[in-house]
Amino acid sequence: MKITGAEIIVKSLLEEDVEKIFGYPGGAVIPLYDVLYEYEEEIEHVLTRHEQWAIHAADGYARSTGEPGVCIATSGPGATNLVTGLATAHMDSIPIVAFTGQVPTHMLGTDAFQEADITGITLPITKHNYLVQDVKELPRIIKEAFHIATTGRPGPVLIDLPKDIQNEEAVFDYPTEVNLPGYKPNYTGHGLQIKEAAKVINEAERPLIYAGGGVISSGAADELRELAQKATIPVTTTLMGLGSFPETDNLALGMLGMHGTEQANYAVCEADLLIAVGARFDDRVTGKLETFAPNADIIHIDIDPAEISKRVLIDVPIVGDVKQILTELNEQVEGKEHKEWNKKVANWKSKSIVQKEPLQDKVTPKGVINQIYESTNGEALIATEVGQNQMWAALYYKYTKPRSFSSSGGLGTMGYGFPAALGIQVGNPDEPVFCIAGDGCFQMKAMELATAIHYELPVNIAILNNNYLGMVRQWQEIFYDKRYSSTCLQRRNSCPPNCSSPGDQCPELVPDFVKLAESFGALGIRVTKAEEIKPALEKAIASPKPVVLDFIIEREANVFPMVPAGGELDNMILGGDE
Amino acid sequence: MKHTVSVLVANRSGVLARIASLFSRRGFNIDSLSVGTTEDPTVSRITIVVEGDDQVLEQVTKQLNKLIDVYKVSDITNDPSIDRDLALIKVKATSSTRSEIMQIVDIFRGKIVDVATGSLVVEVTGNEEKVNAIEELLRPFGIIELVRTGKIAMARGEK
Repeated sequence: MKITGAEIIVKSLLEEDVEKIFGYPGGAVIPLYDVLYEYEEEIEHVLTRHEQWAIHAADGYARSTGEPGVCIATSGPGATNLVTGLATAHMDSIPIVAFTGQVPTHMLGTDAFQEADITGITLPITKHNYLVQDVKELPRIIKEAFHIATTGRPGPVLIDLPKDIQNEEAVFDYPTEVNLPGYKPNYTGHGLQIKEAAKVINEAERPLIYAGGGVISSGAADELRELAQKATIPVTTTLMGLGSFPETDNLALGMLGMHGTEQANYAVCEADLLIAVGARFDDRVTGKLETFAPNADIIHIDIDPAEISKRVLIDVPIVGDVKQILTELNEQVEGKEHKEWNKKVANWKSKSIVQKEPLQDKVTPKGVINQIYESTNGEALIATEVGQNQMWAALYYKYTKPRSFSSSGGLGTMGYGFPAALGIQVGNPDEPVFCIAGDGCFQMKAMELATAIHYELPVNIAILNNNYLGMVRQWQEIFYDKRYSSTCLQRRNSCPPNCSSPGDQCPELVPDFVKLAESFGALGIRVTKAEEIKPALEKAIASPKPVVLDFIIEREANVFPMVPAGGELDNMILGGDE
Repeated sequence: MKHTVSVLVANRSGVLARIASLFSRRGFNIDSLSVGTTEDPTVSRITIVVEGDDQVLEQVTKQLNKLIDVYKVSDITNDPSIDRDLALIKVKATSSTRSEIMQIVDIFRGKIVDVATGSLVVEVTGNEEKVNAIEELLRPFGIIELVRTGKIAMARGEK
């Protein structure tokens, strides 16, 4: 029996065990939405208020559950609104399958209404993409798309669906296998390379593990912990790697790089062996390349051969699946204590500014984030926006589980966090979900509160509100002589020109986030005193509604430590007490 | 240094765009590029000449390999291989220069494929240096138009 292309798509989604999708309808996907209407029981469609938030929500769903995120947008502007979300997922290797509507095949290339060459536009920001030109190819293409998105180094795949293809009929026969001669990821590490790595690790005196997002996507957190504990090797993680190693462990050093901890950055500089696991030596991690890990040999374990020696020359490369390789490696690594080295590292850690208790008399980012940790017993699933809020969330919350931290690491997408938090809550309905945000980022997508209300998602948005675009302002303060060009969000035209001295004379905060939350039917709570932090958080966690927490922090609060862009990792600005 | 990279790809619309997009985005400069089908009609071969040191070439190769539609990438620069360029050169010719031009074409085992009162069209095939050489020799007569295919290459032997 023949069925329509739209039905083929939905049945294929069921074959792939898709239960939740995120999207926004439009002219070119009406046939698909018409079929989704029939399948409401099997597949829940979450209507966001903008296509970009649909793909970020699918991304948060994917990061927190490990399942591929699925989203739908219509042709033209709907499709182009997915671009930032695809680039975000591509940079962070997140499995997403995105469906876009397209004008009918006979109108392709005629500049038809709502036509955009979305496969052309998204070539460099997808792992692969398809323009479907024959309804009979749909099952194969969808099967391949899910396979490509979720295997090897994961990533987003886009399928462009001309409207006539959704209406045409074909026999539905979902393939059980894929045949992709050009796509054969290598999972098994080379035995001799693993042996060599074990030898180097066994000989090292000051080894350090540098763990990235690949540990999480490979599901290798247990194997990583075994390696670290067996040979007593301290572990630093990248932003993407947060949660791959429990921050509560003595061997945990926290994040490294531009806003890394002192202990992590000093350890990179002094280590004689760096074991990079599922990480890609991003510029925010390495700082100045010539002086990165100057005393260390480097082992690099990664699924993507193109990452080997891309920025830093590698001594022992091992290409393959992190979990498989670590399992083999652990058998060959000897138990060791590295007493001197760990003593030194522990000493750095004990003096670190990140470890200090937060000030008790002010609302500080550290005070707020520490309390989120306490009030949720460290069980919260955290999404962040980008900028200061992201770095504070990375530095102060103690992540203990993989997939508990979602953040746009590679692309640095402001406006990612809140929709991602919605996707996380959709995928994890019983877990406390927090979006740690800045007031600038939250204003980029505050309308998503409507989605949170619509689907009764009790997400908590903790705004660290300084009424500045804080990270840019911090750079302006430190590197641009306090010239706060276009970063004050409180500003009115009647303010003095070129103001760089916020104070009591400043106008009222804008917007009033409490009233904004209330206008959607969400709960809004403003916190201006340190003693209000805990009760506010407890009220938020207990609330079945979405909650906007407006934490008024110091206007010129900074993120420290900080390594200036392209600087040396052991040359950190530590700043005052924040 | 110039490298010749031979790439087997799916013979499908949009594949060349993927490769061109990869080169431009990663900042790799293409010297020449030629595409054609192979003995298998579902597979095309792209021969790309790219300028860069070993590290650049390693990245080119690895990034090409990541494309789903790319089946195989080989750097054949240092392998025993045959490479050919084809050029069509329209050159000014008068009754007094015509025979001299024909002699040059003969030496290069080229062909005259069009004759008009004031011009000749020369067809020449060979490796890049040979085609460059005849181009230089014909230049003094006045080259009106020139078109080259870009390099195609194949490894020698059974490989």
